[in-house]
Amino acid sequence: MRIALFITCFNDTLFPRTGQAVVELLERLGHEVVFPDEQTCCGQMHFNTGYAEEATGLVRRFVRVFAGEEVIVTPSGSCAGMVRDAYPRVAEQAGDAALAEAVRALGARVFELSELLVDVLGVEDVGASFPHRVTYHPTCHSLRLLRVGEKPLRLLRAVRGIELVELGEAEECCGFGGTFAIKNADVSTAMLADKVRHVLDTRAEVCAAADNSCLMHIGGGLARLRTGTRAVHLAEILAAQE
Amino acid sequence: MKGFPAAARVALADTQLRRNIGKATQTIRAKRAGVVSELADWEALRDAGEAIKRRTLRHLPEYLEQLEAAVTAAGGTVHWARDAAEATDAVARICEAHAAKDVIKVKSLATDEIGLNEGLAARGIAAWETDLAELIVQLGHDTPSHILVPAIHKNRAEIRALFEREIAGGERLSDDPAALAETARRHLRDKFLSVDVGVSGANFLVAETGTVCVVESEGNGRMCTTLPRVLVTVAGIEKVIPAWQDLEVMLALLPRSSTGERMNPYTSLFTGVADGDGPQELHLVLLDNARTDVLADAFARQTLNCIRCSACLNVCPVYERTGGHAYESVYPGPIGAILTPQLQGMEKAGTLPYASSLCGACGDVCPVKIDIPSVLVHLRGRAVREKRRGGEAAAMRAAAFAFSTRGRYERAQRLARRGGGLARAGLVPPPLTGWTAARELPEVPAQSFREWWRARP
Repeated sequence: MRIALFITCFNDTLFPRTGQAVVELLERLGHEVVFPDEQTCCGQMHFNTGYAEEATGLVRRFVRVFAGEEVIVTPSGSCAGMVRDAYPRVAEQAGDAALAEAVRALGARVFELSELLVDVLGVEDVGASFPHRVTYHPTCHSLRLLRVGEKPLRLLRAVRGIELVELGEAEECCGFGGTFAIKNADVSTAMLADKVRHVLDTRAEVCAAADNSCLMHIGGGLARLRTGTRAVHLAEILAAQE
Repeated sequence: MKGFPAAARVALADTQLRRNIGKATQTIRAKRAGVVSELADWEALRDAGEAIKRRTLRHLPEYLEQLEAAVTAAGGTVHWARDAAEATDAVARICEAHAAKDVIKVKSLATDEIGLNEGLAARGIAAWETDLAELIVQLGHDTPSHILVPAIHKNRAEIRALFEREIAGGERLSDDPAALAETARRHLRDKFLSVDVGVSGANFLVAETGTVCVVESEGNGRMCTTLPRVLVTVAGIEKVIPAWQDLEVMLALLPRSSTGERMNPYTSLFTGVADGDGPQELHLVLLDNARTDVLADAFARQTLNCIRCSACLNVCPVYERTGGHAYESVYPGPIGAILTPQLQGMEKAGTLPYASSLCGACGDVCPVKIDIPSVLVHLRGRAVREKRRGGEAAAMRAAAFAFSTRGRYERAQRLARRGGGLARAGLVPPPLTGWTAARELPEVPAQSFREWWRARP
């Protein structure tokens, strides 16, 4: 299957390893990955911070860049959520019926990585090996915007050698929240402190999630405290082999 | 007003507060989840609740006129109040007409919103709170910190100390909840039997019948609505529901969402006056206080669906850590973060729409399906439009410009890597000090994904 990668500006710039892992994984499973290189940013930061006007231009750009692609995957629950959940509102606010129709059609073709693997490609065992003690944090947007449910956990359970341990209060927000982490740094940090406590309680070496934005926050806290537990994107675990 | 970030900073430093709120919200949250999971048709109930509220708001003027006619026909009097001053004046005039120097009150958010107690005090009328938690707040010269549990920030040791100081008449108390409640009961009983005017809020107003519905847990509310000769109900105009039958849905949604009970202990429904039974004079003060402005925004209007259950507070990770005072409003938590800015304006409450990580937990539990995260984002848009200056707006425009073509974006990526950092490259708004105070910031890697992709064999 031809699969277009929507890398997200965040991963492209800060976490290229995650994008490489998605490519390795999908190619290993026998699929063709394409990268429309005109892509930049989906507009989530602007939209969620109240800059809908600026976001609208980025939405139009995204629609144009991915117009010809049938299946689009992104290693970010949050950016997938932006396209599926918020794009229709952006189009409505812009009063643009053609854009509304385009984003409605596009939204159905955009998948977060675990959705693509489980729902579209019908695979749970991706042939990965990752002999480490891992705990999984379900990110808010993958849970409550995309409703991915157990899909990432089903993928992780099939990984060879993995020791998957349950995270306490897993569904509580880690406190990232985009610009919230900066505008309300104190509250964000208080939420992070509890998330880090639960991660450390598992005695895992790795905290996994399907979004590098949350992981940058959780990992940033784990690193600041010199805990020795690291944050790793789901894609990198699924790409790993013996 | 300090603004949310500064007020939250103060609250976060209070470790006792965080323990009290954390414990209380986790308990209620678990109870709610338990009783909601018992109902196979919970989602259908939510849909029904939302539909009733949306229909009401679409035809609000008609339902309000129907309500007024029904209340009047049943022997009550309706007063229309544009704002806090008019509502307070209406209540004070009623008291003055009866030469009443005291009123007893049922727990009511609408009267807290308009500062009725203070307004009456200025006219020489003392308002006595009879809800246990409101009494605790009043005795402590404190402000409520939760919609349903106004004294949630106090633990029982703190309440014991307060009662010993204020109402125990020199007696030493234990911190057994039953003993503390008994002390409050003795204090209040005298008021119930001697005061002539009762003041209540309303959970629902039935347009069809002119009925006021008050839902409570203690029975003190029922004392206030049955014992005094005169009863004044102050309620926001969005409290109206079309028909008696709509209560079937609302009274199933409310207790499960709020206290985590299948049914609440006291549901008082009163319609007009009846000879020799209950209050002989009934007044309904219908309060606008900016609600029609909320109604005017077709998207944010859903805020008025709220039935004040507080389920959103109890699941909110922000509220759980800051408590209610950080919101500097009668309405804290996620619902407060969308309602307060609409009632008070962005000038005063412009930081509240940002008091959320947009985790979505609030929207999932809302019994009338207010899409709180989306309304928060919508109001952020309003906050930005109202003060479209300053560093953030410039940085956001710069970032949008950087993302507008591949060439500009790739140049910004290279700039970020060469030591400029993300903010200086214009990709995210500065300052990042809020981030780095508690978290490491990863270095920008030597090769972006797209560079790796292009270099692939």
